[in-house]
Amino acid sequence: MSDLLQLYGEAFNSRLLIGTALYPSPAIMRESVRASSSEIITLSLRRQNPAQQKDNVFWDYIRESGCQLLPNTAGCKSAREAVELAKMSQEIFQTDWIKLEVIGDDYNLQPDLFGLVEAARELVQLGFKVLPYCTDDLVLCRKLLDVGCEVLMPWGAPIGTGQGLLNKYNLQTLRERLSDVPLIIDAGIGAPSQAAEALEMGFDAVLLNTAIAKAQEPVLMAHAFKLAVESGRASFNAGLMLKCQTASPSTPTLDMPFWQQAENLSQE
Amino acid sequence: MQVLVNGEAHSLESPMGLAALLQQLGYSGEAFAVAINGGFVARSQYSDTQVNDGDCLDIVAPVVGG
Repeated sequence: MSDLLQLYGEAFNSRLLIGTALYPSPAIMRESVRASSSEIITLSLRRQNPAQQKDNVFWDYIRESGCQLLPNTAGCKSAREAVELAKMSQEIFQTDWIKLEVIGDDYNLQPDLFGLVEAARELVQLGFKVLPYCTDDLVLCRKLLDVGCEVLMPWGAPIGTGQGLLNKYNLQTLRERLSDVPLIIDAGIGAPSQAAEALEMGFDAVLLNTAIAKAQEPVLMAHAFKLAVESGRASFNAGLMLKCQTASPSTPTLDMPFWQQAENLSQE
Repeated sequence: MQVLVNGEAHSLESPMGLAALLQQLGYSGEAFAVAINGGFVARSQYSDTQVNDGDCLDIVAPVVGG
């Protein structure tokens, strides 16, 4: 059965998007990307002098990967910064995809919701395919859709915390109310079980970085996340059973031996 | 005159073209992008763009990111 992830008219087999930062080495990053089977990877732009430019192994690996590149605007604190960095990304990476981040708080790296909508509006008008890193607020998400975003990436928890899905009520609300919109849980996923849970809830994909890069064995953890995401998606497609407060036996109760003896004993 | 390139001061004798400045600084290839005073300058505009006294240049290249 074909069950592809559809984002901006492109189809992907993998529902795991991963970041390229924080790995012990570029080689381990490359192996982790392979082990994850991810087809979309995030990266960024930073100031660089010509001496650094000559030996950019990272960039060589990225170009070899064949993955869809999803450059971010990490660290931008205003709509203008994010828009200008997005234009620079478009030129270097030759893609109109952008993971839009406008950060409003240095402590928890929470998105600046107002700057995010402003930047998203401008970038969509410029022809970008915007994947905004946002919170789990329904009204914000609607505004991002209104300005032309076709994919949303609500956080599970603040970036790098590994706390998992902190506000399941809000996330479930998003999933139910925006049932036709591709939703990717971005940030806060710390364990494969949390990724599986996001997929079980019906989220279309997860994006994570630290949980793999900072594992004791990043390549093995990348594999673990691949399995978890596949498992979570299969669970969602299969349909989870309904939870129930009272127990009900799974083994038939009809023709249970000894029950008359137990009844006789209680009458003695 | 002085310009800032990635936060570092550079002295130039007079205003010069961006393409010439990039060459002088040693940038080559296509794995970098430029902004002047916070505004993106497309590669196609390098030869038509002049760098003036007090300009702040940001020259960025691909790095890891999450």
